[in-house]
Amino acid sequence: MSEKTANMKVVEGSYAVAHAVMCCRPDVISAYPITPQTHIVENLSQMVADGELDSEFLTVDSEFSALSVLIGSSACGARSYSSTTSQGLALMYEVLYNVSGMRLPIVMNVANRALGAPLNIWNDQQDSVGARDVGWLQIYVEDVQEAVDATLQAYKIAEDAEIRTPIMVCMDGFILTHVYEPVELLDKEKAREFLPAYQPADILDPAHPKTFGAFADPSTYTEFRYQQFEAQLKALDKIEKVAREFEETFGRYYGGLIDSYQAEDAEIVIVTLGSVIGTIKDAIDAMRSEGKKVGLVKVRSYRPFPVQALRKALKDASVIAVIEKDVAIGSEAGLVTDLKAAFYNSNIRIPIIGFTAGLGGRDITVKDIRKIVDKAETARKGIEFEFEFLNLRMEIL
Amino acid sequence: MKEIRLHGRGGQGSVTAAEMIAVAAFEDKRFSQAFPAFGVERRGAPVMAFARIADQPIRIRSQIYEPDYVIVQDVTLLDVVDVAAGLKPTGKIIINTDRPREALKLKTDAKVITIDATKIAMEILKRPIVNTTMLGAFCGACKEVGLESMNKAISERFKGELGKKNLLAIKAAFERVS
Repeated sequence: MSEKTANMKVVEGSYAVAHAVMCCRPDVISAYPITPQTHIVENLSQMVADGELDSEFLTVDSEFSALSVLIGSSACGARSYSSTTSQGLALMYEVLYNVSGMRLPIVMNVANRALGAPLNIWNDQQDSVGARDVGWLQIYVEDVQEAVDATLQAYKIAEDAEIRTPIMVCMDGFILTHVYEPVELLDKEKAREFLPAYQPADILDPAHPKTFGAFADPSTYTEFRYQQFEAQLKALDKIEKVAREFEETFGRYYGGLIDSYQAEDAEIVIVTLGSVIGTIKDAIDAMRSEGKKVGLVKVRSYRPFPVQALRKALKDASVIAVIEKDVAIGSEAGLVTDLKAAFYNSNIRIPIIGFTAGLGGRDITVKDIRKIVDKAETARKGIEFEFEFLNLRMEIL
Repeated sequence: MKEIRLHGRGGQGSVTAAEMIAVAAFEDKRFSQAFPAFGVERRGAPVMAFARIADQPIRIRSQIYEPDYVIVQDVTLLDVVDVAAGLKPTGKIIINTDRPREALKLKTDAKVITIDATKIAMEILKRPIVNTTMLGAFCGACKEVGLESMNKAISERFKGELGKKNLLAIKAAFERVS
């Protein structure tokens, strides 16, 4: 959160995000309610009903339908919005690939939540991290203000003629969707200037018939994927540029691709995604006052994965500890694997250890961060483990 | 930073009360945060909500384990929940009960404040919904949030006649514990 301003108000995270969506003026909204995303779409539906937001709000029978509806609307040139989480995102899986493959700039807030079985409604990031390869851009936010601001930035990135790629703005379910905290809601007029009307390059138009996503045989399919790949790499610059433009207009900046905290002279650097960053910052301040050189690098853009930015930010660390709320069952976890891959062909040789924490809503405390830092200090002298489930309850296994 | 934990039962407005604390504290030009203990909401089940107040922006997102203040909306929770768990010895716990504090046998070194908020709510609101009454007691006993700011927060949340009655309930509780 930035400095206190007269325009700040204590509101629920979901309301703040819905308000941001309103400021983006989507032509079409389609979503299916699912905890903990529900308040976002409830608020949007209310805004449409009250005439505050002039959007077509389409209620549907499932998340599969919600995103399918938006394929049609987006392909016709309408700015389109959805929001989901967990099983809802899983149910969209087939459509996620269709949206990205057709290069439709849909923005979707993911209110991160665990996946069943076992059934669990609480926060973690297995849902969106698991969807890291579906061709969508992914931005992870650390607080409500950033969720608001990233939602507006997202359309500007997605709709750029060179990018034309959908985005998930990922915010931790409950922790950010249900928190009340001071937020500066977006100014509608400023948002309109920052994000003008959508000017699609190609649309479905009966007067000029063409098709989207129809059929590509082996002679062309690879080139479709290559173009998507290239667009994501172009988004590396675009995300940073839009974050800076946003700063010029609204005075807030959270990093573009990554951000850092006390990382410059840090020996032990924590790398993570999402709302746990706030708790980590408090832990870092406490450890710094005890003379421990601990810092943080936040991965804001997980897709595209900012390899160069991370190499630059982490090259002087002595040891890296990755904390993430997901697990790649049978391997390690998303972020730690990607980070190791980013370093392997560089001349950077730093021990990297990974922790999965906060699964299914398990709380992550300052004490937990200290524990991770202690383990990282040990790993500096020699890696004893590469990947660990934090706070595993051995007594119930 | 001051940390507050609210105990209640589903339907008693504990989450709203935490929200009101955050809104009122911000009105007092301080930073604040409020959030529920995320669970599967059921009417009558024990629930918790949390609030933080600080002079600096609040970054921490973990739950609250060592609160400065505890608010208990329903005394029957004492049989099922350790409401004083982790409460700082210098802290305060405010309990809605008609029983004397000695009868509660609370295991805490913190100051125990009792108030018959149900009686106040029944007299003024004609309903056994005590969350706003307990907020009045919180303002009076802890002096962490100004009464005027709390009144403003409540008036914005509860409009018209209901809002006015809630302000009366807050005032009655505030005076009782001050």
